[in-house]
Amino acid sequence: MVADKTIGSRIFVIANYIFLTLITLTCLLPICHVLAISLSSKAAVATGNIKFWPVDFTFASYQLVLSKSQFLTSMGITVKRVVLGVLINMLIVVLTAYPLSKEVRSFRPRSIFAWFFVFTIFFSGGLIPGYIIIYYVGIIDTIWALVLPGAVQVFSVVLLLNFFRGIPRELEESAFMDGAGHFSILFKIFLPASLPAIATLTLFSIVTHWNSWFDGLIYMNTPENYPLQSYMQTIIVKMDQQFMRGASKDLIKSLNEQTLKSAQVFLGALPILVVYPFLQKYFVKGIVLGSVKG
Amino acid sequence: MAVTKLNQQNNTRLKGIGSTQFRREIPLYFMLVPGIILVLIFSYGSMFGIIMAFQNFVPSSGFFDSKWVGLEHFKFMVQLPDFRNVLWNTFFIAMMKIAAGLLLPVTIAILLNEVMKQWYKRFIQVVIYAPYFLSWVILGGILFQLLSIDGIVNQFLGLFGVEPILFLGKPSIFPYVLVASDTWKNMGFNTIVFLAAITNVDPTLHEAGAIDGANRWKQIWNITLPGMFPIIILVATLSLGDILNAGFEQVLMLYGPALYKTGDIIDTYVYRIGLINGQYSFAAAVGLFKSMVSLVMVSLSYYLAYRLANYRIF
Repeated sequence: MVADKTIGSRIFVIANYIFLTLITLTCLLPICHVLAISLSSKAAVATGNIKFWPVDFTFASYQLVLSKSQFLTSMGITVKRVVLGVLINMLIVVLTAYPLSKEVRSFRPRSIFAWFFVFTIFFSGGLIPGYIIIYYVGIIDTIWALVLPGAVQVFSVVLLLNFFRGIPRELEESAFMDGAGHFSILFKIFLPASLPAIATLTLFSIVTHWNSWFDGLIYMNTPENYPLQSYMQTIIVKMDQQFMRGASKDLIKSLNEQTLKSAQVFLGALPILVVYPFLQKYFVKGIVLGSVKG
Repeated sequence: MAVTKLNQQNNTRLKGIGSTQFRREIPLYFMLVPGIILVLIFSYGSMFGIIMAFQNFVPSSGFFDSKWVGLEHFKFMVQLPDFRNVLWNTFFIAMMKIAAGLLLPVTIAILLNEVMKQWYKRFIQVVIYAPYFLSWVILGGILFQLLSIDGIVNQFLGLFGVEPILFLGKPSIFPYVLVASDTWKNMGFNTIVFLAAITNVDPTLHEAGAIDGANRWKQIWNITLPGMFPIIILVATLSLGDILNAGFEQVLMLYGPALYKTGDIIDTYVYRIGLINGQYSFAAAVGLFKSMVSLVMVSLSYYLAYRLANYRIF
């Protein structure tokens, strides 16, 4: 781009940097604030003077949280659902996208099946019938209630099948001539050629399973079976409903809970915050391919 | 070349013998089996379950032995002042989210494109993606902390003499807190598509503009923005389908009984009367109303996207 150095353009550049830096700070500072509270002593938090740096630095809250058996149990359930859920999601997405990426010429009922899946984007039974079905299937209070109902991500299938279509047909045709079947063509040619899309979908599947809490809340009858985010929802809402809304500032007990809650919020966010920057390259690519070219 | 030609011959031969092509298609059917079974049970199963909206459904009697009541629940629904209020809240919050969720990411994308220091641009991007990846439970925990009556935001506003505000306790401002926090959560992520659109704008246009003496501002207005226009139209059109999606998990996390008047939306209403109060059939009827409106709006949005931007799902 041609550089111009007029005063007007300098002002523009400076204002632009200031604006974007402020926007960035709105995402950075809240996390810093919560982290600072979680690492401060209860007494320091009670004074209400903690900004973005801990006062009376201590790991006490983290020690307490990590020694709570319920926190660790829910963490275990979340890890289990992430592993199981992501494996099932990805297997189904790959297996479903491949046949649907074929042309009608080579897979005649392709359009019928495609509409069978895509129709679920347009219409759904809603929360209550969905809940009743899961109740009748008999998986309430089991890990399957968290994993199976959302196992077929139709948007992911569509994204991957569009990606599959970009793979040169000659690759498939020559493999077919060499006697390869559809399964080996899928796993030996299509999958290695679509790693950015697979990485994107895997990331989203991990994030979705890690973050889901409403399904845990309604499908688990016993709090011992709650995944981490559902467990956290109950403690955060329970603690804040009265305290944060009313003006009851004198609830010192709740104030003391602040450090504990902040520690749990930060621990709940940490795995995601660590993982996503490394996969940024992939998901940006995947999103752009999926939405713009779609 | 030789391979393709051979294959074409092969294909014409296959067409003649239907059974040979079917044998070739068998693995493709097998691949679809798991997905079809799950979608049949959970998606189409719950679509079938909608019949409970026309019954007085009792779980122990099931879909077949519950008493049929016709349109009773729907008649009750349209008369209910609660329902009209909830419908309005949903529409109002969703519309504001759509507008703000379009405006801010477009602005950020344009301004990011003007950042010449690549490392800083990348840093901004990584940081503003973060809230998108966090659940409303985590963000709720953070927001309760920040926005409480003696929280850091009120402390900051206090420096300018502003009286403490009950951001999450006052019905009149709660919808705006919802819109602002949702826009904030998604702003980074939603810039991705717009940034991609900007990089597709022909750079020689900018060079020509600069030679003709157009300043940065004029270049944005006359070159970048028109270049992004098709994508903006596309995203706006597709968001029509979200006209009744006001953000279930966000509202459920942040609201409370004191905020029902302005903050209760269809999804939270269905959840409360259905799963908390156990009025399954009435809740299903309200849910069906939403599903029908969504069906119309999503279909319309895809149709318009196809007509306006030649967009196709697959």
